[in-house]
Amino acid sequence: MMNNFIILPLLLHMTTAVVLLFLWKRIAVQRIVSVIANVLILLVSILLFTKTWQSGIMTMQSGNWPAPFGITFVSDVFSSTMVLFTSISAVAISIYSTIGINRARMKYGFFPIYHFLFMGLNGAFLTGDIFNLYVWFEIVIISSFVLMTLGGKKPQMESAIKYVAMNMLASVIFLTAIAILYGLTGSLNMADLSVKVAKIDNRGLVNVTGLLFFIGFGIKSAVFPLYYWLPSSYHTPPSAIAAIFGGLLTKVGIYALLRFFTLIFIPGEFTMTVFSYVAVATLITGALGAIVKRDVRRMFSYLIVCHIGFMIAGLGLFTEIALAGAVFYLFHDIIVKTNLFLVSGIIYRIKGTMRMPQLGGMYAEYPRLSLLMAIVLFSLVGIPPLSGFWPKINLFLASFMERDYLLIAAMIIASFVTLYVIAKMWTEVFWKSAPKEVELLHADGFAILKPSNKFLLVFPVVFLTMVSLYIGFGAEHIMIISKHIASEMMDTSPYIHAVLGK
Amino acid sequence: MELLLVVLIGILYGTGIYLMLRRSMVKLLIGLLLLGNGANLLIFLLGDLTKGKPPVIPPDSNIFTEIYADPIPQSLILTAIVISFGLQSFAIILLKKVYLATGSDNLDDLNTHDLDI
Repeated sequence: MMNNFIILPLLLHMTTAVVLLFLWKRIAVQRIVSVIANVLILLVSILLFTKTWQSGIMTMQSGNWPAPFGITFVSDVFSSTMVLFTSISAVAISIYSTIGINRARMKYGFFPIYHFLFMGLNGAFLTGDIFNLYVWFEIVIISSFVLMTLGGKKPQMESAIKYVAMNMLASVIFLTAIAILYGLTGSLNMADLSVKVAKIDNRGLVNVTGLLFFIGFGIKSAVFPLYYWLPSSYHTPPSAIAAIFGGLLTKVGIYALLRFFTLIFIPGEFTMTVFSYVAVATLITGALGAIVKRDVRRMFSYLIVCHIGFMIAGLGLFTEIALAGAVFYLFHDIIVKTNLFLVSGIIYRIKGTMRMPQLGGMYAEYPRLSLLMAIVLFSLVGIPPLSGFWPKINLFLASFMERDYLLIAAMIIASFVTLYVIAKMWTEVFWKSAPKEVELLHADGFAILKPSNKFLLVFPVVFLTMVSLYIGFGAEHIMIISKHIASEMMDTSPYIHAVLGK
Repeated sequence: MELLLVVLIGILYGTGIYLMLRRSMVKLLIGLLLLGNGANLLIFLLGDLTKGKPPVIPPDSNIFTEIYADPIPQSLILTAIVISFGLQSFAIILLKKVYLATGSDNLDDLNTHDLDI
């Protein structure tokens, strides 16, 4: 079914970004335009999702070039759901940014870049062409470079070097893999590649190309042993920007991995073993890193790495149940990680530090806010019936069925360590009474805000928590969607049929 | 021609990765630059080299009658060059800013805020 509607989310982001460029110095107007545009795009994404859910996979051939030749945009349930969750995060972060980002950063174009970044993300989810995916990735990373360095503090600059270098390396590896794949098949269209790669006799070369893609996306999504740049860079930008990074940028890598290794390279014995071990190593190293860190945001950065392992585990098991679990976890993780960094931003505003030994007394001072944050933290840990719990059932079930006991052990350890570090954080930040000398040094930056500004900071957290609660209590709905996505991953013929029309 | 390109690509990738492993920030950047060029040449090579056969349909026919050079690798390389130009110019400015902030070209000096473990 031909449909121009599916690129509307990215077109709207682009238009908004261009409009915001014309409003360069008028940051008061920029904030309003950005929030309204994001709400509008959320509505469009909901519409896109419901349309895709009801009428099946929609495609758009750009320039009306028939499928394997032109660039195809595809909206199947997986990509439209990703667009939906991205838009939910986008709304929350943009509302938070109106207060959470200082004026100097806004004057240097925070909002236009923000929309370019989300345009890139939506493009990456909706495209059906590997080179086009590369271009969207580049748009995402160059926008993220700007966001990371915006403000120009020394720690930001230092971490940006690592971030920029690793991401450029990932792009080069991705490009190399595209070159080899093009040499092998002479095609760039994902559906066409799916057909052609299956017919190649030289499986060794196919596996190597697949692993090159895995390294390229693996650097972006921070899997073991390619994650080292993440914990040393995600804690430096302001929390609103860190929320975009933590919530979405690693997840777009996971999306690409899930897409590539279910559609183009169907994992064989060897690739599945690699994924399985990588998942175990990611879970364990991320968890160990999180135990050691005493800075709240650094700890969260390691938790990002740790939880990436659950999604890779789903890919390593490669059964329908496991993939449904991985996809569910992906949706849950987008919302909860975004929320986590927004929460850390509020803590920073109240206490003026991120170091746990100097924090404390949050529960005594802000009991209601603390309870709100508790829901976020419990969702992250996966205490039933909150959102992190349900996908794990699938993952455990699948690994028992596949008899992958090492993976089960790793997942249990990772879950347990997550619980442990969150409990540690809870006692340090919320229950412990605040150290006296820090109280005197830093005035409460949250209490002096106007009530309307407080609302703008807290509302996004409430909003995302509501979404998290919905994922937890309405898990059946999300599970139906996840199972549908997983069944489309196992049987790719509807996708190929929708794109190629045969 | 193919063999020459293969060797050249190998040299570009090898030197690129070697330079990235050095401690100097400038060498890191040059390494990334060489890797990018290597990748572009790789696309060019793997698109099957065809000499002197532009993909233009002759005026007296409607379809290609003989083998022609594949135009897609060229367009891919062009896109990749433009993108890497943007990324590299950003990276150069970033390096300059970092150098001004830290006064050092050594990558190991970039961990001043990493001291808390």
